[in-house]
Amino acid sequence: MKEVIRLTVVLTVVCVLAGLSLSYVSDATEEARAYQDRLELLSSLNMVLPEHDNEPDSDAVIIDDVTYYISKKDGKINGIAFATSSDKGYSGAIRVMMGITPEGEIITIKILEQKETPGLGTKITEDWFIDQYKGKSLNNARWAVKKDGGDFEQISGATISPRAVTVAVRTGLEAYEKNKQEILGGGDVVQ
Amino acid sequence: MSFNKELIKGIWKENPIFILVLGMCPTLAVSTSVINGVGMGIATTFVLICSNIAIALVRSYVPDQVRIPVYVVLIASFVTVVDLTMNGFFRGLYHALGIFIPLIVVNCIILGRAEAFASKNSVFLSIADAIGMGAGFTLALVMLGSIRELLGNGSLFGFPVFGGGYEPVLVMILPPGAFFTLGILTGVFSAVAKYRSKKWRKYVIQDLGKTTVVRERI
Repeated sequence: MKEVIRLTVVLTVVCVLAGLSLSYVSDATEEARAYQDRLELLSSLNMVLPEHDNEPDSDAVIIDDVTYYISKKDGKINGIAFATSSDKGYSGAIRVMMGITPEGEIITIKILEQKETPGLGTKITEDWFIDQYKGKSLNNARWAVKKDGGDFEQISGATISPRAVTVAVRTGLEAYEKNKQEILGGGDVVQ
Repeated sequence: MSFNKELIKGIWKENPIFILVLGMCPTLAVSTSVINGVGMGIATTFVLICSNIAIALVRSYVPDQVRIPVYVVLIASFVTVVDLTMNGFFRGLYHALGIFIPLIVVNCIILGRAEAFASKNSVFLSIADAIGMGAGFTLALVMLGSIRELLGNGSLFGFPVFGGGYEPVLVMILPPGAFFTLGILTGVFSAVAKYRSKKWRKYVIQDLGKTTVVRERI
Protein backbone atom coordinates (compact mmCIF):
# COMPACT_ATOMS: atom_id res chain seq x y z
CA MET A 1 0.00 0.00 0.00
CA LYS A 2 2.76 2.40 0.99
CA GLU A 3 4.51 1.63 -2.31
CA VAL A 4 1.37 2.43 -4.33
CA ILE A 5 1.08 5.81 -2.62
CA ARG A 6 4.74 6.60 -3.29
CA LEU A 7 4.40 5.80 -7.00
CA THR A 8 1.18 7.81 -7.27
CA VAL A 9 2.75 10.81 -5.56
CA VAL A 10 5.87 10.78 -7.78
CA LEU A 11 3.89 10.46 -10.99
CA THR A 12 1.39 13.12 -9.93
CA VAL A 13 4.15 15.56 -9.00
CA VAL A 14 5.92 15.03 -12.33
CA CYS A 15 2.71 15.50 -14.32
CA VAL A 16 1.64 18.59 -12.38
CA LEU A 17 5.09 20.16 -12.81
CA ALA A 18 5.07 19.37 -16.52
CA GLY A 19 1.55 20.81 -16.86
CA LEU A 20 2.50 23.98 -15.01
CA SER A 21 5.63 24.59 -17.04
CA LEU A 22 3.77 23.96 -20.29
CA SER A 23 1.03 26.43 -19.40
CA TYR A 24 3.74 28.94 -18.47
CA VAL A 25 5.53 28.51 -21.82
CA SER A 26 2.21 28.65 -23.66
CA ASP A 27 1.32 31.94 -21.95
CA ALA A 28 4.78 33.40 -22.44
CA THR A 29 4.79 32.71 -26.16
CA GLU A 30 1.14 33.55 -26.86
CA GLU A 31 1.76 37.17 -27.81
CA ALA A 32 4.72 36.29 -30.01
CA ARG A 33 2.68 33.61 -31.76
CA ALA A 34 -0.25 36.00 -32.37
CA TYR A 35 2.19 38.59 -33.73
CA GLN A 36 3.76 36.04 -36.08
CA ASP A 37 0.28 34.95 -37.19
CA ARG A 38 -0.62 38.52 -38.15
CA LEU A 39 2.73 39.04 -39.93
CA GLU A 40 2.09 35.88 -41.87
CA LEU A 41 -1.47 36.90 -42.76
CA LEU A 42 -0.28 40.31 -43.93
CA SER A 43 2.53 38.86 -45.98
CA SER A 44 0.24 36.36 -47.70
CA LEU A 45 -2.35 39.12 -48.30
CA ASN A 46 0.32 41.34 -49.83
CA MET A 47 1.37 38.48 -52.02
CA VAL A 48 -2.08 37.84 -53.51
CA LEU A 49 -3.58 41.36 -53.51
CA PRO A 50 -2.75 44.24 -55.86
CA GLU A 51 -1.12 47.42 -54.58
CA HIS A 52 -3.35 49.05 -51.95
CA ASP A 53 -3.36 51.89 -49.44
CA ASN A 54 -5.71 50.48 -46.77
CA GLU A 55 -5.26 47.71 -44.21
CA PRO A 56 -7.00 44.68 -45.69
CA ASP A 57 -7.03 42.79 -42.39
CA SER A 58 -9.20 45.46 -40.77
CA ASP A 59 -11.34 46.05 -43.90
CA ALA A 60 -12.72 42.55 -43.79
CA VAL A 61 -16.19 41.03 -44.20
CA ILE A 62 -17.10 37.67 -42.67
CA ILE A 63 -19.70 35.60 -44.54
CA ASP A 64 -20.37 31.90 -43.86
CA ASP A 65 -17.26 31.71 -41.62
CA VAL A 66 -15.01 32.89 -44.47
CA THR A 67 -13.19 36.18 -43.98
CA TYR A 68 -12.96 38.27 -47.14
CA TYR A 69 -10.10 40.79 -46.95
CA ILE A 70 -10.74 43.79 -49.15
CA SER A 71 -7.96 45.88 -50.63
CA LYS A 72 -8.62 49.44 -51.74
CA LYS A 73 -6.65 52.02 -53.67
CA ASP A 74 -7.85 55.65 -53.43
CA GLY A 75 -11.05 54.43 -51.76
CA LYS A 76 -11.94 52.05 -54.60
CA ILE A 77 -11.99 48.27 -54.18
CA ASN A 78 -9.34 46.69 -56.40
CA GLY A 79 -9.06 43.20 -54.97
CA ILE A 80 -10.44 40.64 -52.55
CA ALA A 81 -8.46 37.96 -50.75
CA PHE A 82 -9.79 34.97 -48.86
CA ALA A 83 -8.77 31.53 -47.74
CA THR A 84 -10.41 28.47 -49.17
CA SER A 85 -9.72 24.82 -48.54
CA SER A 86 -10.32 21.30 -49.68
CA ASP A 87 -10.26 18.18 -47.55
CA LYS A 88 -9.59 16.09 -50.67
CA GLY A 89 -5.80 16.36 -50.26
CA TYR A 90 -3.68 13.21 -50.16
CA SER A 91 -3.04 13.64 -46.45
CA GLY A 92 -5.20 16.21 -44.75
CA ALA A 93 -6.71 19.48 -45.84
CA ILE A 94 -5.08 21.88 -48.29
CA ARG A 95 -5.67 25.56 -47.54
CA VAL A 96 -5.25 28.13 -50.27
CA MET A 97 -5.20 31.92 -50.04
CA MET A 98 -6.60 33.42 -53.21
CA GLY A 99 -6.56 36.97 -54.46
CA ILE A 100 -9.14 37.96 -57.06
CA THR A 101 -10.28 41.09 -58.82
CA PRO A 102 -13.80 42.37 -57.98
CA GLU A 103 -14.97 40.76 -61.28
CA GLY A 104 -13.91 37.34 -60.03
CA GLU A 105 -10.68 36.84 -62.00
CA ILE A 106 -7.78 35.28 -60.11
CA ILE A 107 -4.80 37.55 -59.48
CA THR A 108 -2.77 34.77 -57.91
CA ILE A 109 -3.05 32.06 -55.27
CA LYS A 110 -0.82 30.94 -52.43
CA ILE A 111 -0.82 27.55 -50.72
CA LEU A 112 -1.15 28.28 -47.00
CA GLU A 113 -1.14 24.81 -45.59
CA GLN A 114 -0.59 21.35 -47.01
CA LYS A 115 0.68 18.03 -45.74
CA GLU A 116 1.20 16.33 -49.10
CA THR A 117 3.94 13.79 -49.80
CA PRO A 118 7.30 15.62 -49.75
CA GLY A 119 8.80 15.78 -53.24
CA LEU A 120 5.56 14.74 -54.94
CA GLY A 121 2.35 16.40 -53.81
CA THR A 122 4.36 19.34 -52.46
CA LYS A 123 4.99 20.40 -56.06
CA ILE A 124 1.64 22.22 -55.82
CA THR A 125 3.55 25.00 -54.03
CA GLU A 126 5.92 25.52 -56.98
CA ASP A 127 5.63 28.57 -59.23
CA TRP A 128 4.86 26.75 -62.48
CA PHE A 129 1.86 25.13 -60.81
CA ILE A 130 0.58 28.31 -59.15
CA ASP A 131 1.03 30.35 -62.33
CA GLN A 132 -1.52 28.38 -64.31
CA TYR A 133 -4.32 29.74 -62.11
CA LYS A 134 -3.47 33.38 -62.82
CA GLY A 135 -6.09 35.25 -64.86
CA LYS A 136 -8.56 32.35 -64.67
CA SER A 137 -12.20 32.84 -63.69
CA LEU A 138 -15.28 30.63 -63.55
CA ASN A 139 -16.13 31.62 -67.13
CA ASN A 140 -12.80 31.20 -68.93
CA ALA A 141 -11.56 27.82 -67.72
CA ARG A 142 -12.67 24.24 -67.25
CA TRP A 143 -12.18 23.69 -63.51
CA ALA A 144 -10.66 20.23 -63.35
CA VAL A 145 -7.23 18.68 -63.92
CA LYS A 146 -6.39 17.55 -67.48
CA LYS A 147 -6.90 13.91 -66.59
CA ASP A 148 -10.52 14.73 -65.67
CA GLY A 149 -11.05 16.77 -68.85
CA GLY A 150 -10.16 20.16 -67.42
CA ASP A 151 -7.52 22.82 -68.05
CA PHE A 152 -5.11 22.35 -65.17
CA GLU A 153 -1.88 20.35 -65.14
CA GLN A 154 -1.61 17.35 -62.85
CA ILE A 155 1.66 16.10 -61.38
CA SER A 156 2.83 12.65 -62.39
CA GLY A 157 2.56 10.34 -59.38
CA ALA A 158 0.39 12.84 -57.52
CA THR A 159 -2.91 13.63 -59.23
CA ILE A 160 -4.82 13.95 -55.98
CA SER A 161 -3.07 17.10 -54.74
CA PRO A 162 -3.60 19.24 -57.90
CA ARG A 163 -7.17 17.99 -58.04
CA ALA A 164 -7.74 19.16 -54.45
CA VAL A 165 -6.22 22.59 -55.16
CA THR A 166 -8.38 22.99 -58.26
CA VAL A 167 -11.51 22.04 -56.33
CA ALA A 168 -10.60 24.40 -53.48
CA VAL A 169 -10.07 27.32 -55.85
CA ARG A 170 -13.26 26.61 -57.77
CA THR A 171 -15.28 26.40 -54.52
CA GLY A 172 -13.77 29.71 -53.47
CA LEU A 173 -14.71 31.40 -56.74
CA GLU A 174 -18.25 30.03 -56.51
CA ALA A 175 -18.64 31.26 -52.93
CA TYR A 176 -17.42 34.68 -54.01
CA GLU A 177 -19.80 34.81 -56.96
CA LYS A 178 -22.71 33.88 -54.65
CA ASN A 179 -21.92 36.51 -52.02
CA LYS A 180 -20.45 39.15 -54.31
CA GLN A 181 -22.98 41.91 -53.51
CA GLU A 182 -22.61 41.44 -49.79
CA ILE A 183 -18.79 41.34 -49.90
CA LEU A 184 -18.43 44.46 -52.00
CA GLY A 185 -21.11 46.11 -49.86
CA GLY A 186 -21.96 48.65 -52.53
CA GLY A 187 -18.45 50.14 -52.33
CA ASP A 188 -16.78 51.77 -55.30
CA VAL A 189 -15.09 49.26 -57.53
CA VAL A 190 -12.13 49.89 -59.82
CA GLN A 191 -13.29 49.52 -63.40
CA MET B 1 38.39 9.70 -22.98
CA SER B 2 35.12 8.14 -21.96
CA PHE B 3 33.24 11.24 -23.13
CA ASN B 4 34.76 10.85 -26.59
CA LYS B 5 33.95 7.17 -26.64
CA GLU B 6 30.25 7.82 -25.94
CA LEU B 7 30.30 10.57 -28.55
CA ILE B 8 31.77 8.47 -31.36
CA LYS B 9 29.80 5.27 -30.81
CA GLY B 10 26.50 6.80 -32.03
CA ILE B 11 27.97 7.59 -35.42
CA TRP B 12 29.40 4.22 -36.29
CA LYS B 13 29.48 1.35 -33.83
CA GLU B 14 26.00 1.90 -32.44
CA ASN B 15 24.48 3.96 -35.23
CA PRO B 16 20.81 4.29 -34.19
CA ILE B 17 19.45 3.59 -37.69
CA PHE B 18 21.78 1.05 -39.27
CA ILE B 19 22.96 -0.88 -36.21
CA LEU B 20 20.42 -0.34 -33.39
CA VAL B 21 17.50 -0.06 -35.87
CA LEU B 22 15.66 2.50 -33.74
CA GLY B 23 13.30 5.22 -34.96
CA MET B 24 12.34 3.60 -38.24
CA CYS B 25 9.04 5.47 -38.66
CA PRO B 26 10.46 9.01 -39.05
CA THR B 27 13.42 7.60 -40.97
CA LEU B 28 11.26 6.01 -43.63
CA ALA B 29 8.72 8.82 -43.71
CA VAL B 30 10.81 11.98 -43.95
CA SER B 31 13.93 10.88 -45.85
CA THR B 32 12.50 11.98 -49.21
CA SER B 33 14.98 14.85 -49.54
CA VAL B 34 18.29 15.92 -48.02
CA ILE B 35 16.88 19.05 -46.46
CA ASN B 36 14.12 17.08 -44.72
CA GLY B 37 16.76 14.75 -43.32
CA VAL B 38 18.88 17.62 -42.00
CA GLY B 39 15.84 19.30 -40.42
CA MET B 40 14.53 16.18 -38.74
CA GLY B 41 18.05 15.27 -37.58
CA ILE B 42 18.70 18.62 -35.93
CA ALA B 43 15.27 18.82 -34.27
CA THR B 44 15.63 15.28 -32.91
CA THR B 45 19.18 15.90 -31.67
CA PHE B 46 18.00 18.97 -29.77
CA VAL B 47 15.16 17.12 -28.03
CA LEU B 48 17.46 14.15 -27.37
CA ILE B 49 20.03 16.35 -25.61
CA CYS B 50 17.33 18.01 -23.45
CA SER B 51 15.65 14.74 -22.51
CA ASN B 52 18.95 12.94 -21.77
CA ILE B 53 20.03 15.77 -19.44
CA ALA B 54 16.66 15.85 -17.65
CA ILE B 55 16.49 12.09 -17.24
CA ALA B 56 20.08 11.78 -16.04
CA LEU B 57 19.26 14.47 -13.45
CA VAL B 58 16.10 12.86 -12.06
CA ARG B 59 17.13 9.21 -12.48
CA SER B 60 17.82 8.57 -8.78
CA TYR B 61 14.48 10.05 -7.63
CA VAL B 62 12.21 8.16 -10.01
CA PRO B 63 10.98 4.75 -8.79
CA ASP B 64 11.62 1.97 -11.28
CA GLN B 65 7.96 1.03 -11.71
CA VAL B 66 6.88 4.43 -13.03
CA ARG B 67 10.04 5.40 -14.90
CA ILE B 68 8.59 4.95 -18.40
CA PRO B 69 5.55 7.21 -17.82
CA VAL B 70 7.84 9.80 -16.25
CA TYR B 71 10.21 9.70 -19.26
CA VAL B 72 7.30 10.00 -21.67
CA VAL B 73 5.90 13.02 -19.82
CA LEU B 74 9.33 14.69 -19.81
CA ILE B 75 9.97 14.03 -23.51
CA ALA B 76 6.49 15.15 -24.58
CA SER B 77 6.91 18.35 -22.53
CA PHE B 78 10.24 19.17 -24.18
CA VAL B 79 8.79 18.61 -27.62
CA THR B 80 5.84 20.90 -26.83
CA VAL B 81 8.17 23.60 -25.49
CA VAL B 82 10.27 23.40 -28.68
CA ASP B 83 7.10 23.52 -30.77
CA LEU B 84 5.66 26.58 -29.00
CA THR B 85 8.94 28.49 -28.89
CA MET B 86 9.70 27.91 -32.55
CA ASN B 87 6.13 28.85 -33.44
CA GLY B 88 6.48 32.18 -31.64
CA PHE B 89 10.03 33.22 -32.46
CA PHE B 90 11.37 31.31 -35.45
CA ARG B 91 8.45 31.10 -37.85
CA GLY B 92 10.56 30.29 -40.90
CA LEU B 93 12.21 27.34 -39.21
CA TYR B 94 8.87 26.30 -37.74
CA HIS B 95 7.36 25.98 -41.20
CA ALA B 96 10.34 24.05 -42.51
CA LEU B 97 10.29 21.56 -39.61
CA GLY B 98 6.63 21.95 -38.62
CA ILE B 99 5.44 18.46 -39.47
CA PHE B 100 8.48 16.76 -37.89
CA ILE B 101 8.25 18.29 -34.43
CA PRO B 102 5.19 16.33 -33.21
CA LEU B 103 6.75 13.23 -34.79
CA ILE B 104 9.73 13.46 -32.43
CA VAL B 105 7.55 12.37 -29.49
CA VAL B 106 6.98 9.00 -31.12
CA ASN B 107 10.62 8.60 -32.17
CA CYS B 108 11.82 5.65 -30.14
CA ILE B 109 15.46 6.81 -30.27
CA ILE B 110 14.56 9.36 -27.59
CA LEU B 111 12.87 6.91 -25.24
CA GLY B 112 15.41 4.23 -26.18
CA ARG B 113 18.39 6.36 -25.13
CA ALA B 114 16.55 7.51 -21.98
CA GLU B 115 16.00 3.91 -20.96
CA ALA B 116 19.28 2.40 -22.17
CA PHE B 117 21.69 5.18 -21.30
CA ALA B 118 20.56 8.34 -19.49
CA SER B 119 18.81 6.41 -16.71
CA LYS B 120 22.11 4.66 -15.84
CA ASN B 121 24.76 7.31 -16.47
CA SER B 122 25.85 10.78 -15.37
CA VAL B 123 24.60 13.99 -16.99
CA PHE B 124 28.02 14.53 -18.57
CA LEU B 125 28.11 11.17 -20.35
CA SER B 126 24.42 11.43 -21.26
CA ILE B 127 25.12 14.65 -23.16
CA ALA B 128 27.87 12.89 -25.12
CA ASP B 129 25.53 10.00 -25.84
CA ALA B 130 22.78 12.37 -27.03
CA ILE B 131 25.11 14.33 -29.33
CA GLY B 132 26.60 11.16 -30.78
CA MET B 133 23.25 9.45 -31.32
CA GLY B 134 21.81 12.66 -32.78
CA ALA B 135 24.75 12.96 -35.15
CA GLY B 136 24.44 9.30 -36.19
CA PHE B 137 20.70 9.73 -36.80
CA THR B 138 21.25 12.93 -38.81
CA LEU B 139 24.01 11.28 -40.84
CA ALA B 140 21.80 8.30 -41.62
CA LEU B 141 18.88 10.53 -42.66
CA VAL B 142 21.15 12.63 -44.86
CA MET B 143 22.52 9.51 -46.57
CA LEU B 144 19.02 8.13 -47.19
CA GLY B 145 17.72 11.55 -48.22
CA SER B 146 20.55 12.20 -50.71
CA ILE B 147 20.16 8.85 -52.42
CA ARG B 148 16.39 9.10 -52.62
CA GLU B 149 16.32 12.74 -53.73
CA LEU B 150 19.09 12.21 -56.28
CA LEU B 151 17.48 9.18 -57.91
CA GLY B 152 13.85 10.06 -57.35
CA ASN B 153 13.90 13.75 -58.16
CA GLY B 154 17.26 14.31 -59.89
CA SER B 155 18.25 16.99 -57.38
CA LEU B 156 20.24 17.58 -54.18
CA PHE B 157 19.15 20.21 -51.61
CA GLY B 158 16.47 21.11 -54.17
CA PHE B 159 18.97 22.02 -56.91
CA PRO B 160 18.83 19.96 -60.11
CA VAL B 161 21.97 17.85 -60.48
CA PHE B 162 21.37 15.94 -63.69
CA GLY B 163 20.48 17.67 -66.95
CA GLY B 164 16.94 17.92 -68.27
CA GLY B 165 17.25 14.54 -69.98
CA TYR B 166 17.18 12.65 -66.68
CA GLU B 167 13.99 10.74 -66.04
CA PRO B 168 13.54 10.51 -62.23
CA VAL B 169 12.96 7.08 -60.74
CA LEU B 170 9.73 8.09 -59.06
CA VAL B 171 9.53 5.01 -56.85
CA MET B 172 12.58 6.20 -54.90
CA ILE B 173 10.69 9.07 -53.25
CA LEU B 174 7.61 6.95 -52.72
CA PRO B 175 7.43 4.71 -49.62
CA PRO B 176 8.95 1.60 -51.32
CA GLY B 177 12.07 3.64 -52.17
CA ALA B 178 12.60 4.23 -48.46
CA PHE B 179 12.64 0.48 -47.79
CA PHE B 180 14.98 -0.27 -50.73
CA THR B 181 17.48 2.38 -49.68
CA LEU B 182 17.32 1.52 -45.99
CA GLY B 183 17.79 -2.18 -46.72
CA ILE B 184 20.81 -1.64 -48.96
CA LEU B 185 22.48 0.85 -46.60
CA THR B 186 21.90 -1.38 -43.57
CA GLY B 187 23.47 -4.24 -45.51
CA VAL B 188 26.48 -2.12 -46.47
CA PHE B 189 26.90 -0.99 -42.86
CA SER B 190 26.90 -4.49 -41.42
CA ALA B 191 29.14 -5.83 -44.21
CA VAL B 192 31.72 -3.13 -43.47
CA ALA B 193 31.37 -3.68 -39.72
CA LYS B 194 31.97 -7.41 -40.24
CA TYR B 195 34.97 -6.79 -42.48
CA ARG B 196 36.56 -4.47 -39.93
CA SER B 197 35.77 -6.74 -36.99
CA LYS B 198 38.71 -8.14 -35.04
CA LYS B 199 36.71 -10.99 -33.57
CA TRP B 200 36.97 -14.39 -35.22
CA ARG B 201 34.86 -17.46 -34.84
CA LYS B 202 36.50 -20.84 -35.34
CA TYR B 203 34.62 -23.86 -36.64
CA VAL B 204 35.99 -27.33 -36.56
CA ILE B 205 34.31 -29.49 -39.15
CA GLN B 206 34.82 -33.24 -39.04
CA ASP B 207 33.65 -34.99 -42.13
CA LEU B 208 34.50 -38.51 -43.27
CA GLY B 209 37.44 -38.64 -40.89
CA LYS B 210 38.85 -35.39 -42.32
CA THR B 211 39.15 -32.39 -40.01
CA THR B 212 38.85 -28.92 -41.46
CA VAL B 213 39.22 -25.70 -39.47
CA VAL B 214 37.28 -22.70 -40.78
CA ARG B 215 37.84 -19.20 -39.48
CA GLU B 216 35.23 -16.50 -40.00
CA ARG B 217 34.92 -12.89 -38.87
CA ILE B 218 31.91 -12.01 -36.68
